[in-house]
Amino acid sequence: MKTVLDVRNLTTRFAGPSGALVAVNDVSFSLGEREILGLVGESGSGKSVTLRSLIRLLPSMAGQSGEVIWQGRDILNMSPKDLKAVRGGQISMIFQEPTTALNPVLPIGLQIDENLRAHTKLTHRERLIRARELMDLVGIPEAARRLSEYPHQFSGGMKQRAMIAIALASNPRLLLADEPTTALDVTIQDQILKLILDLRDELAMSVIFVTHDLGVVAATCDRMAVMYAGRIVETGTVADVFAQPMHAYTRGLLGSVPRVGTERSPLMSIEGTPPSLSAIPQGCAFHPRCDFATEICRATQPDTKMLAAEHQVACHNSLAVVKTGSPVR
Amino acid sequence: MPLASFILRRLLQLIPTLIFILIVVFVLVRLLPGDPTSAILGDRALDADVERINRQLGLDRSLVVQFGVFVQSVFTGDLGRSISLKVPVTELIAQRLPITMLLTGMAALIALVLAVPLAFWAALYRGRAADTAIRGAFQVGLSMPVFYIGLILLTVFGAKLGWFPVGGYGDGFIDHLHHLFLPALTLALSLSAIIMRNLRSAIIGVVDAEYVQFARAKGISARLILLRHVLRNALISTVALFGLSIGTLLGGAVITETVFAVPGAGRLMVDSIYGRDYPVVQGLTIALAVLVSVTFLLTDLFQAWLDPRVAR
Repeated sequence: MKTVLDVRNLTTRFAGPSGALVAVNDVSFSLGEREILGLVGESGSGKSVTLRSLIRLLPSMAGQSGEVIWQGRDILNMSPKDLKAVRGGQISMIFQEPTTALNPVLPIGLQIDENLRAHTKLTHRERLIRARELMDLVGIPEAARRLSEYPHQFSGGMKQRAMIAIALASNPRLLLADEPTTALDVTIQDQILKLILDLRDELAMSVIFVTHDLGVVAATCDRMAVMYAGRIVETGTVADVFAQPMHAYTRGLLGSVPRVGTERSPLMSIEGTPPSLSAIPQGCAFHPRCDFATEICRATQPDTKMLAAEHQVACHNSLAVVKTGSPVR
Repeated sequence: MPLASFILRRLLQLIPTLIFILIVVFVLVRLLPGDPTSAILGDRALDADVERINRQLGLDRSLVVQFGVFVQSVFTGDLGRSISLKVPVTELIAQRLPITMLLTGMAALIALVLAVPLAFWAALYRGRAADTAIRGAFQVGLSMPVFYIGLILLTVFGAKLGWFPVGGYGDGFIDHLHHLFLPALTLALSLSAIIMRNLRSAIIGVVDAEYVQFARAKGISARLILLRHVLRNALISTVALFGLSIGTLLGGAVITETVFAVPGAGRLMVDSIYGRDYPVVQGLTIALAVLVSVTFLLTDLFQAWLDPRVAR
C-alpha cells in the first residue's frame, strides 16, 4: 500500500501560565492510500489536537515540532499560501458538532461555494452544479432548494451531511474526521459512518477517524492507534489489536465496551482518570492506573516496540498483558 | 419568504407604537407647568381675553375631544401653528429636523469608521499593548462629558487652529458638512467607545468559534474569514446596540446643538419648551419619536439580514 501521510515525532505544546503543556508528545504514524485509521483514546488524550496539528489548525500560542510529510512535503514548514492550498483542497476536516461548526448566518450553498472558489477554477455556474452534485452525493434530498437554506433549517444528521459535502467539495485525498458521529443519534450515526465508508471507496480517499467509541473503530477502521496522555501507546490493524491487545490501557478500553450475544459479565473499567497535561506522571504515564505496573514503569518511559508485523506497543510489560489475553472474544 | 413576512409583521407593530406615542405626547404636554394662554398673553391678562384665547386654541373643550381633534389633525399632516413664531409647525420641523438627522448620521458614520477597525485590531491582539492602548483611549473618551469634549474640540480645532467654524450651519451641503463636523465628532467619540468595546468582545467571542475553525480548515483567505465569518457574526449584537445608540443620539442632540450653536431640532425643542410653545413641542416630539421608531425598524431589518435566525 502506498503511503500518503507520514507523521514523524510530531509534538505540540501550548504556552501556559506555568510553562509549556505538551498536548501531543512525539507521535509518529503513517497512513496508506484509501486506508482508514482510527485514533482512539479518552477525552484529553490528545487525539483531537493531534488531528488539528496535522494541518496546523491551532491557536497562535501553540508550538509544533516534528514532521508531517504529505506528498513529499512537510506541512509544518509550508508557507501560509501552500498551507491554504492543502487545507480544504487536499486535506479536509469535519468536526464533532455540526451545529457549531457550520456558520449559522450563511446559507449552506455559500459555505460549499467558498471551498470550491478557493480550490478550483470552476465558473459560477459550474460551481452551482457541483454543489448540487455534492448534496446528492452525501444524500441530502432536494439539493437545489436546500442550498439556499441556512444551517438552522437542517436536522442534526442533515447538518453533518452538509458539513461532509463542504469538506469533500474540492476532492480531498485525505479526510480528517474529529468524532463526526458523537453528537448524533445512534441510527443517524450508522448512516453517517456508512456514508463515510462509501465515500472513501467512491473517491479513493484516506481517512483519519478520531473517536472514543471502539464500536465505531471496529465497524469502520482498517488500523487503529491508541493514545494516552499525548502519546501513541499501541498501533496495529483493528483485527490484531482487538484479538490481542498488547498495552494494558488498550486492554482496559476494550474491556469497558458492553457487548450483546455473550454471557453477561461485569464490565471492566479503568480505575482513575486520565492525567491533566500539567501533571503527567513520570515513567509510563499510565502506570498509576495500570494493573500490570512494576518498578520500571514508574521510572522510565517505555520505547515503542514492534512485537508483531504492523503491531507496535509502548509498554514494559506487554508480555504479561498478552498472557492475560483479550477481553474481546 | 420568512424575511418578507418578518418585515410585514415588523411594520404592523409600528401602528400600536405610533398610537401610544400620540397618547404620551398629548398627556405630557398638558402636564408641563404653565399653559399656552398665559404664555401668549402674559401674567396680567384679562379673564375675558384668557377665555377668548382658550376658545381659539380649543383648550376649553374636554380632554377627550381635544385628543380626538389632535389625532385627526396629526393624520392630516397638520401639527398646528407655532404660537411664538406664527408659522406652521410642519414647516419648522421640515427646516430643523434634517439638520439634526444630518448631524446624527455624520456622528454615526464617524463612530463606525473609528470603532470597527480598532475593535478588530484590539480583539485580534487582545492582551497586548495595542489592545490596552486602544481600550484606554476609548475609556477616556467615554468617561468625559459630551459638552466638555465639545468645548475642547471647539477651542482647539475651531478657535485656535481655525480649521472648522465655531458655530452655525452654513449654506450649501458641503458647507453644512464642514460646520457639522466638530459637533458630529463630539457625539461620535462617546458612541464609538461603546461600539468599540461591544464589538471587540463580540469578535473575541466569535474568533475561536468552531465555524471559524472550520472556515480555516477549508483553506479560504484570511480576509474572507474575518469579513464573512467573524465580522458578520460579531455585528449581530453590536447592530442592536448601535440602533439603540442612534435613538439616544437623536434625542440627545440638544446639548451638542447648544454648545455648537447648531440650529437643529434639539435647539428648537429647548426653545419651545421655555416658550411654552405647545404645538411645536408636540409636533417635534412626534416627529422625533417616529424617527426613532424608524431607526429601530431599520436596525431590526439589518439584524434580520445579518442573521437569518432572527426572521424566523
